[in-house]
Amino acid sequence: MKKPICAELRNALLAGLLALLAGTVGMAAAPQMPRYRFENFTTANGLPNDHVYAVLVDGSRLWAGTEDGLAVYENHAWKTYTTRDGLAHRAVLSLALDQRTGDVWAGTMAGLSRISGGRIDSFTQLNSGLSNDVVYGVSVEGENVWVATAAGGCRLNLRTGQWSLYNERNTPMNEIWAYSVSATPTKVYYAVWGSGLLEYDQKTGRWDKYDDPDGENEIVLFKDQGLIHEIVTSVSYVDNILWAATYFGDSRYDGRYWHNFLTKDSGLPSNFTNQVKGVDAKRAWFCTDKGLAYYDGVNWAVYRSSLQDGRPEMTVRDEAGKVTAVPVSTAPAHNYVLGIDFQGDDIWVATAKGLSHGIRQHP
Amino acid sequence: MRSGSIQTVHARGSVRPARKLGACGWSWTVLSMVAGVCLGWAAWSGSSVHAGEEKPSVESMDYASPLEVLLSPDGARLYVLCQQSEEIRVLDATKYAVIKTIAVGRVPRGFSLSPDGARLFVTNSWDDTLSVIDTNSLSVVDTWPVGAEPSSVVEDRAGKKLFVANRISNDVAVLDAETGAEQKRLLAGRGASYMALSPDGTKLYATHVYPNPSRVRTGLENRTAPESEITVIDVARAVVVDRMALHQIAGVFHVAFSADGRLGAVAQYHPKNTVPLAHLEHGGAFEDTLTVFGADVGKPVEVPLDELERYASQPFGVVISSDKSRMYVTSSGSESVIVIDVARLVRTIHAHPASFVQDLSASANYVVARIGVGLNPRGLALTGDGRRLFVANRLDDTISVIDTAGNRVVTSIKLDGPKRISPLRHGEQTFYSARQSFQGQIACATCHIDSTFDGMTWDLEPDGFGRDIVDNRLIEDLIDTDPFKWTGTNPNIPTECGPRTEKYFWRSEQWDNLTLTDVTLYMRSLPPRPSRWKLRGYELTAAQERGKAIFERNVDKFHNPIGEFNRCIYCHNGLKGTRQQSFDVGTGKETDNTGVFDTPQLSNIALTAPYLHDGSARTLEEIWTVFNPKDQHGRTNDLTKDELNDLIEYLRTR
Repeated sequence: MKKPICAELRNALLAGLLALLAGTVGMAAAPQMPRYRFENFTTANGLPNDHVYAVLVDGSRLWAGTEDGLAVYENHAWKTYTTRDGLAHRAVLSLALDQRTGDVWAGTMAGLSRISGGRIDSFTQLNSGLSNDVVYGVSVEGENVWVATAAGGCRLNLRTGQWSLYNERNTPMNEIWAYSVSATPTKVYYAVWGSGLLEYDQKTGRWDKYDDPDGENEIVLFKDQGLIHEIVTSVSYVDNILWAATYFGDSRYDGRYWHNFLTKDSGLPSNFTNQVKGVDAKRAWFCTDKGLAYYDGVNWAVYRSSLQDGRPEMTVRDEAGKVTAVPVSTAPAHNYVLGIDFQGDDIWVATAKGLSHGIRQHP
Repeated sequence: MRSGSIQTVHARGSVRPARKLGACGWSWTVLSMVAGVCLGWAAWSGSSVHAGEEKPSVESMDYASPLEVLLSPDGARLYVLCQQSEEIRVLDATKYAVIKTIAVGRVPRGFSLSPDGARLFVTNSWDDTLSVIDTNSLSVVDTWPVGAEPSSVVEDRAGKKLFVANRISNDVAVLDAETGAEQKRLLAGRGASYMALSPDGTKLYATHVYPNPSRVRTGLENRTAPESEITVIDVARAVVVDRMALHQIAGVFHVAFSADGRLGAVAQYHPKNTVPLAHLEHGGAFEDTLTVFGADVGKPVEVPLDELERYASQPFGVVISSDKSRMYVTSSGSESVIVIDVARLVRTIHAHPASFVQDLSASANYVVARIGVGLNPRGLALTGDGRRLFVANRLDDTISVIDTAGNRVVTSIKLDGPKRISPLRHGEQTFYSARQSFQGQIACATCHIDSTFDGMTWDLEPDGFGRDIVDNRLIEDLIDTDPFKWTGTNPNIPTECGPRTEKYFWRSEQWDNLTLTDVTLYMRSLPPRPSRWKLRGYELTAAQERGKAIFERNVDKFHNPIGEFNRCIYCHNGLKGTRQQSFDVGTGKETDNTGVFDTPQLSNIALTAPYLHDGSARTLEEIWTVFNPKDQHGRTNDLTKDELNDLIEYLRTR
């Protein structure tokens, strides 16, 4: 039976419409991910050293922990604090801000320093109860300063002056090389090199531990089974969500389910992650040895210099895994990224060869 | 120490109200006097009263001891903070009649009015509370817990925040002005004590009485010049925004501003502790100075108050007249008020851009009068019209009223209290007065601030320059801690404070025997301040318990017995923590004439850094982490870091 012409026309139109629609989907723009113009600081424009281990935003001020002192950027000028000013050591590995008092705490290669109104007091394993002079991480919560050191964790109670040490003798920490600490009023988490994640419950005073279910094997038997690896380098606890970085991938834990991120199944540019910093329950930044990555809960963006030609690049990976290049003209100072902090919509990025100010670009 | 009560000094030296002076009160007083004489003789003769014996105090007179004065905004009332009687006396500021006496907490130290004058806040330094007095009803309406040894209080102009300087916790606490709830504590200088708002109310300036810990080790190690600061706090944000460095300053007291905010001043000591203290006649051990700051002078400038033969020992209170013509400073050791012509001071500063702090002739350029007042003058208050100045004379229970036009005392308001000067009171008066020393330069209290210590080390003895550097020790709780001196060579306080000290420090006439006995009585009467590290009920925390076990152990972690002499508790035994003997604990230096040192008592050891005989250990930890490599100062090198922390937690309870 011959089809009515109107029906043929209708089908043709429908087919054309579907084809057009399909074409539109196929050519859809990459998800809208934040874009930045990066301004980079090195020794050429004021930094005391290009090796920037940590960065901290303090209102309009910016602190950079470098290999050669603690630099503060304020009113478009850099000032550097050194051991001559009382800093425990020239190499500043970690930074934390006491939001209540405005004091800055700096973990260094030879002690912990408190910078308060321009005065620096330093705590070492010899002159105080600090467990070890190599301070990889520091976090301030209420009256307590929590510290991650090469010999376990410790807590300084600012009210009483008491130091409490946490190590293999009183916690499930079977290695004591603590890399990072994230303290909140409810929970405190330690990232421990070779000993997974330690959780301290502020209410009960009890410790718990999260390990890689595959132990120290460099394999993942079952995806999302638990913490991705025992060598945990960084932890960030935000909105009751635990973000953990390791040298072999990253993890997110919501209290019930783990979700792991590897280069093979996410937008991570590298599994070697120096720091993770959660923005909220969904979003986080990952500082890797092959660039800076942002995850918005679905999509990924990577900011770096191209691994092929060194040109600035930004790539976006959508939920389906499609990667789209976004034209950019700037990139962070170096692909080996060590730290990040937020200043409103802007980001500040610590890298192995300079500090970068990511100035948010709005369409 | 309420009015009318007497005290009992217990074996551990704590002070508690014993009974009211009622019908039998005078008999108690007489008994106390007799006991005082007896104890005085005991002290003089070198014998001691043994721990464990309950004994009445050497005396129990309830003096008012006015420490601070304050005028109400309308100038009608004069508030007097009476430290020993622990009360605020409210006087009519014209007729000087007492309107009311208000009991407050233990050993009040500072007070201030709310901007509208409706509330009077009083810091009670020994029970760590703040009394809130309604100035309408003249009654305490609230008592709020605050930090350790609160020493002054200031409310912001908005009436939202209270700032409390805590001497022991070295901070400024920020409280909700309505509820007293503490919001946070800001790191201040060591011994944070006095504060003032800038006239525009935007900044709070805080001082501290002990120098800040040395930050960086120097070639001189323990012989570091003191460093102090004026902590500047942004009132609206309640954060520290600056620390004005005061180099070579230790002991900073009141701070004041001119009404226009262009000139500020702090009263302070300038010790010379890095040179041998051998020549008082060459400018002495201390200079008594001000640091002035603000737009009128540019950078902060230190200016001397001393004059040859007329030293301004222990400057304490400072106030600037509203027309900025005059500045008044109490010199509590010299029992005088120094009157400064502000315009001439500013001119002198601008004319001498280089430091002239060591110039004993400089003060003649701006000091226009030195007015003798009562004993140990401390706080002062100036009427709004600047015509009358009130001065609290702490140790003779009077308020001097100075006519500022004639620079003379026109009235001395006698506060109610004992008329007789007890031996103990006389001892205290002597302790705080510089009259006895060469040119009136220093008093005992110059180095023992508020009868404590000064946080510094000195090259004191005539044993050769650079020899026997010694840390200044706390003088509380001295009974049963003899002998004295780090070398333990002075068997009792009269020897320690007697002819030797007089020859060395005073370079003038000696105290007579009765005066020396009274000073001894006073020093032996000083109880320890309450430990801030003990829990209520004196039970120990888990860490303190673990530390106590380490302190008392006789076997090390490897199950090896610890020799008797190498146990903490052997040398630091008994309630005071001293065997009262000298030992070689391996801490002697090449500069020491002996390596054998007296065992110091442990009372309030947490407060008294630096440590060891020469102050070379900046913290308790360093005693063992740095200065005990061979386990001579107790067996400690088997301890882990957390075990050492436990030991220190226990020591802080002593």
